[in-house]
Amino acid sequence: MSENADDERVRDEGYDDLLDAIESGEGFYIECPESHGSLPPRRVCPHCGATELEEVPLPETGAIETFTTVNVASPEFADDTPYVTAVADFGAVRVTGQVRGIDPDGLEVGTEVTPDVGESETTGERVLILRAD
Amino acid sequence: MTGVRVAGVGLTHFGKHPERTGRDLFAEASNRAFADAGVDRDDVEQLNYGNFMGELSEHQGHQGPLMAEAAGLDVPATRYESACASSGVAVREAVKDVRNGEVDVALVGGAERMNNLGTAGTTEALAIAADDLYEVRAGMTFPAAYALMARAYFDQYGGSKEELAEIAVKNHDNALDNEYAQFQSAISVEDALDAPMIADPLGLYDACPITDGASAVLLVSDEYADENGLDAPVSVTGTGQGGDKMALQDREYLARTPAAEDAAEEAYDDAGIGPQDVSVAEVHDCFTIAEVLALEALDFYAPGEGIGAAARGETTRDGDRPVNLSGGLKAKGHPVGATGTSQVVEMTRLLRGDHPNSDAVPGDVGVTHNAGGTVASTTVHVLEVEE
Repeated sequence: MSENADDERVRDEGYDDLLDAIESGEGFYIECPESHGSLPPRRVCPHCGATELEEVPLPETGAIETFTTVNVASPEFADDTPYVTAVADFGAVRVTGQVRGIDPDGLEVGTEVTPDVGESETTGERVLILRAD
Repeated sequence: MTGVRVAGVGLTHFGKHPERTGRDLFAEASNRAFADAGVDRDDVEQLNYGNFMGELSEHQGHQGPLMAEAAGLDVPATRYESACASSGVAVREAVKDVRNGEVDVALVGGAERMNNLGTAGTTEALAIAADDLYEVRAGMTFPAAYALMARAYFDQYGGSKEELAEIAVKNHDNALDNEYAQFQSAISVEDALDAPMIADPLGLYDACPITDGASAVLLVSDEYADENGLDAPVSVTGTGQGGDKMALQDREYLARTPAAEDAAEEAYDDAGIGPQDVSVAEVHDCFTIAEVLALEALDFYAPGEGIGAAARGETTRDGDRPVNLSGGLKAKGHPVGATGTSQVVEMTRLLRGDHPNSDAVPGDVGVTHNAGGTVASTTVHVLEVEE
């Protein structure tokens, strides 16, 4: 065991920065000079190879593009089932997350969502949330 | 540039074999390929081997030399990992090496051991073929990823769960006489629609099973086949590979698979044929919606038109272009690292006439389509009977 045994997961630069930012209401994405959007961490635009990247604010709301209710999960989400996973369109970027704050029966393509951070009921790890309430 | 002939093929039974190791499974499949080909082991110059989750399921990396040993070979051996397209990539690289004159005889294959992990462990292991940061940590599983693609397809083009069920019914019917298949049992549309939901709109019968198994193919140059008087009527005449962004959220399309479109176009051009020339196909139907996306990527149908192909009887065994006469991943099973090569095995047998469903093959040009992840990587191969 290392001295940092309490730190179960190494911090992922970029990803954890994004979750921190979303938690404080300042979500962002990465934009290249060609206006291609992507989520961090990036050193290179995945769409055109540009290396001059900057952080720009993530729109406050996005629209559900597709979603599903997961009934059979991996062990890391075993106690969370059933839960809804979705891809939401935020314009220059799409974001994948768990949808909360709405009855799944009321969810449809186009439903408006805001980004948030929650926890896995199974592990307590932070999870990117798409909040629909 | 020499042509590439399929000298011999071999499979294990695809199914639940949790007590059998990968090396045992691959030894059996490769033994069958050698027996089928009549090729001397001393003539093999390299092994191209596909495997995806060996570290997780068997605590075993560096499987190339291990599997060469299992097959009784003392040759350079390389493992190819490209998720569920691992052994499709292994085939493609071997085809290129034979064509280039690097080798005259290559053993290609793959194996996967999955059932010893159980359903939850397998779900977790398969998930690592998705983007860990942006998909797995949001709770995405592989069924969920394909469910997202299915809902996007329905939203964009229309389609129904009944039409997906018809694909499962078709592929189960095709597997009835395939001794290597995991499920040799018929199902009805009602069975599929009544099955428990895994990730809506995909239920249990929309998904392929968890499978253990291995596959092997001996690829040889035209010259080697001729000099040794081999009975090897089937050639690999086209190969293609395509790639896409890892995560669904970064793709241009959620209801199309450009990686497979690119692979198909390259393979068709390579073989000098077009989609209209293809009489039979083995496609990567890890989920029923995946077969639809494959049919459209192979340009058998325009986007949005492939969903009803099974229901209309066009891809069934008595249709104009039968698809997945082996039973497909859905019914034959999907030992992920073995699947790409197993499609070449099944297609070879279908085309040369010794498959139980060979009588349903309406021509002599076949295509295999093998997809990795949510189709972030794909290989397509064209196989033809030489006159």
